[in-house]
Amino acid sequence: MAGLLKQRNIIAVLIVFAIVFPFITNNNYFIHIMTLAFIWIIGVYGLNLLAGYTGYLSLAHAGFFAIGAYSLALLTTKAQMNYWLAFVLALIITSVLGMIIGLISLRTKEHFFAIYTLCVGYIIYLVIDKWDSLTGGVRGLIGIPAPGNIGPIEFNTPISNYYLVLFFLLITVLVVYRIVHSLTGRTYIAIRNSEDLAQTIGINTMKNKLMVFVISTFFAGLAGALYASFIRFIGPDIGYITITFDLLTYLIVGGIGTLSGPVIGTILIVWVSQQLQFLQDYRMMIFGPILTLLVIFYPRGISGGFIDWRAKRKEKKQNQLNLENQQMLSAQETSAASNKNG
Amino acid sequence: MVFLETKNLTKKFGGNTAVNNVDFTIEKGKINAIIGPNGAGKSTFFNLVSGFHPPTSGQVIFKGKDITKLPSNKIAELGVARTFQTTNLFDQATVLDNVIVGHRLRTKSNLFDAIFRTKRLKQEEKQCRDKAIEVLDFVGLTDVAYKLAGSLSQEEKKRVAFALGLATDPEIIFLDEPAAGVNPDETDGLAELMEKMVERGITVCLIEHKMSMIMKLADKIMVLSYGEKIAEGTPEEIQNNEAVIKAYLGGSAIA
Repeated sequence: MAGLLKQRNIIAVLIVFAIVFPFITNNNYFIHIMTLAFIWIIGVYGLNLLAGYTGYLSLAHAGFFAIGAYSLALLTTKAQMNYWLAFVLALIITSVLGMIIGLISLRTKEHFFAIYTLCVGYIIYLVIDKWDSLTGGVRGLIGIPAPGNIGPIEFNTPISNYYLVLFFLLITVLVVYRIVHSLTGRTYIAIRNSEDLAQTIGINTMKNKLMVFVISTFFAGLAGALYASFIRFIGPDIGYITITFDLLTYLIVGGIGTLSGPVIGTILIVWVSQQLQFLQDYRMMIFGPILTLLVIFYPRGISGGFIDWRAKRKEKKQNQLNLENQQMLSAQETSAASNKNG
Repeated sequence: MVFLETKNLTKKFGGNTAVNNVDFTIEKGKINAIIGPNGAGKSTFFNLVSGFHPPTSGQVIFKGKDITKLPSNKIAELGVARTFQTTNLFDQATVLDNVIVGHRLRTKSNLFDAIFRTKRLKQEEKQCRDKAIEVLDFVGLTDVAYKLAGSLSQEEKKRVAFALGLATDPEIIFLDEPAAGVNPDETDGLAELMEKMVERGITVCLIEHKMSMIMKLADKIMVLSYGEKIAEGTPEEIQNNEAVIKAYLGGSAIA
């Protein structure tokens, strides 16, 4: 119970910190970086549900991110739609496309699935890049409006955008938390462990996999839509493979299949790469080795490594306790026996 | 009424006939065993019955219902459980956590329930947890319920596999080599557990290589060789069956 309270305290402190952060820094650039990091985290959570909890490594995530972003951008700029209506529609479009692609791609497994989705992601990128009349091709789309007013609240300052994204991030974390800690989440984990076993204990694996694929693309679309209205300009490169691998790197560093992993990994990498910006592309010379070492020694990332360490320590303590109890019991028995004899 | 039966069950993988025209009936409340040399098609037979592979021809009938074309999760819902030779558990989670999902097929809560933490979800979560505790107690793993699955012994893992199968509330359970890789004392323990299942009213059907165990335990044995049924009967009948001896020891031993 103490552990739970402690965990709760940490979460509360983090949320409070996130809320007061803009007042601490007062630096618009930092707020900008943080908002972007939050957007990435939402996408990483989507990827985590699918790759981390269900065991299906999708490499099409930048594609769905771009679909969300472009849907919002096109609906607001070309169709002149109300922002929030376009926002909701963008999420629906991404999810529906996710469902269609999921129906096909989920017929494959493991590395075949990864390669298939890699191709799907690239095709999405190509479609965006080449469909000049709709997407503007390499020129991209400009003049995407900021999020529309909600009653008296306006979203045209960096701080207000920061809070809007934070709001969506908190909802994302809550939803993912609840999914993971429910029978539905247990079902996904069972599929990850062994799809054959999951099916024999009566789980409709295709239905569940499709569901999680759609949720996963939904979050990618959400991140994309927020990105479009935050940056206000998008080009086809947001759908490129590098974005997928960025998301994946955040997830692996933070801890794949853990709840805190996406937050830890994304914020850590985004800040470290900010600090190392003076190195320009040579940054990768630092990132590469660190990432390799991390994957070798902590395959479940920072968060996963910590969880394993804690579990091991707990078990050690428990074993020691059992041993002590046994010793005490045997000591009591011998003393009782000697009393009897005496 | 016959409990579970196969009629002319055949499975071909390309030109290779893994299971050939097998008629087999499983009696309710008994321990049924399938034996045979390596590669005889025993596991394939299991896979056909539990819906893992569609048979090339023939039928599987469970309680008068044709289940030949049903997917394995639907067959599980009807009350047919199975275990695998090796069970992949989630090593970083506790044994209890691993078994809870076994009762998932009897629950209805969906994503909506999960996101909004509905009353139904809470109630069904409790139901699954209670079931997991119950079956872990039944297989004798109460002591390790809160240990990490990764720290279990081979025999304990076998018992977890049983528990997972039992958590689905089956009427019949198919066990694929339940005693493979465990020592003789532990084998006796697992045999007792199978008898306990039968007492509980669960029909057992197992594949096993350990003859001494099978001959003591089984009420009825079917022998497969090269995909064909070569004998069926009580342990005494099987032990004295010439075709069986020939299949196991080779042709010359008979003469």
